[in-house]
Amino acid sequence: MDKIPILKLGNILLVTIQIDMHDQLAIALQDDLTARIVSAHAKGVLIDISSLEMVDSFIGRMLGNIAAMSQALGAQTVVVGMRPAVAITIVELGLPMENIQTALNVERGVEKLQRAMEKYEKGTPR
Amino acid sequence: MTKQKSRLIEIFEKYEQEILEDWMREQIASITYRKDLLTEAGLRKQSAELMGLIITASRSGNVTDISAPEWKPVLDFLAATSKTRAAQGFTTQETATFIFSLKQPVFARMKLELGTNAVALAEEIWIATVLLDKLGLFTAETYQKSREDIIRRQQMELLELSTPVIKIWEGILVLPLIGTLDDARTQVVMENLLQNVVDTNSSIAIIDITGVPAVDTLVAQNLIKTVSAARLMGAHCIISGIRPQIAQTMVHLGVEFGDVVTKASLADALKYAFQQAGITVT
Repeated sequence: MDKIPILKLGNILLVTIQIDMHDQLAIALQDDLTARIVSAHAKGVLIDISSLEMVDSFIGRMLGNIAAMSQALGAQTVVVGMRPAVAITIVELGLPMENIQTALNVERGVEKLQRAMEKYEKGTPR
Repeated sequence: MTKQKSRLIEIFEKYEQEILEDWMREQIASITYRKDLLTEAGLRKQSAELMGLIITASRSGNVTDISAPEWKPVLDFLAATSKTRAAQGFTTQETATFIFSLKQPVFARMKLELGTNAVALAEEIWIATVLLDKLGLFTAETYQKSREDIIRRQQMELLELSTPVIKIWEGILVLPLIGTLDDARTQVVMENLLQNVVDTNSSIAIIDITGVPAVDTLVAQNLIKTVSAARLMGAHCIISGIRPQIAQTMVHLGVEFGDVVTKASLADALKYAFQQAGITVT
């Protein structure tokens, strides 16, 4: 079965979703990522979905959940590279994504993440 | 009727010049003649050319079925003529008269030829009427089609024109909205904006609603949708150009933009955008 790789860069975990997600894959990612955040003591998570071309309500909700879970584990989460079509779909589906931080690309995402992590360390979360 | 030998072609050939002269007179005398759009020489050229084509086509012996291949040059010519007339601004009546005014001169010549034979005359007039009616209807139809094409093109242009996305600074986009935001336009606006965010790598988008006549709950909801979609892609949205009147109605209606930053003018929004992007202008 396909697996989505989780790369560790310093105290950041980088997840790049490069294949079309299916339900099983999303559930596996949720398990892997939460376990990895705890074991690696990660302070930030960057989820790159620039290759994701389609979302349905389940995948959309899973993305939101994964981000919220990482947040709950004390890791700042930024979703980067969402495509226009995906963004429109999520908005039209009315999925709750208010609490997720987003950025245009990985570069900006890392910047944003670093700022958020600094703030969090100082004790003023976001 | 197709089998029957019509004398129409004989009459056409014999009186070509006279029919043409009469036809010209008829067209110029008609109230539908547009001197301002078409000169007499131009009209004469068109009429003579059509006359020639009709004669060539009817020489085949077929004067009833205009969908036959020998009538194709005539139809092509008529299509081209009515298209140019539609573009020039002729009305349907003015365009159709071009063909229908040919009847009178043709009928007059028929009377001259077959004056004593009432049965044959009626027969010939019927054939000529059917033919000219078909040609006239075809002209009117092409005219209508070209007008519809013009309208469709204008509609597309209007849609394009009303939703421009302008890159005003490195990383800052402005989207001046003009006209009411219905669902169809929201879709176009949203797609346009999001694509531009990706293309220009912009992190801030200012949506200026100075040109939106009224903001009701539906418009607000559509705006929020656009803002949310842009936010998901990592672009920050600012709504500007809220007029005092609009602010009042918004509050009365209970419309809320949530946590979206709103500014009174585009200048304020730009200032705020510069602050956010860390740009200083000296």
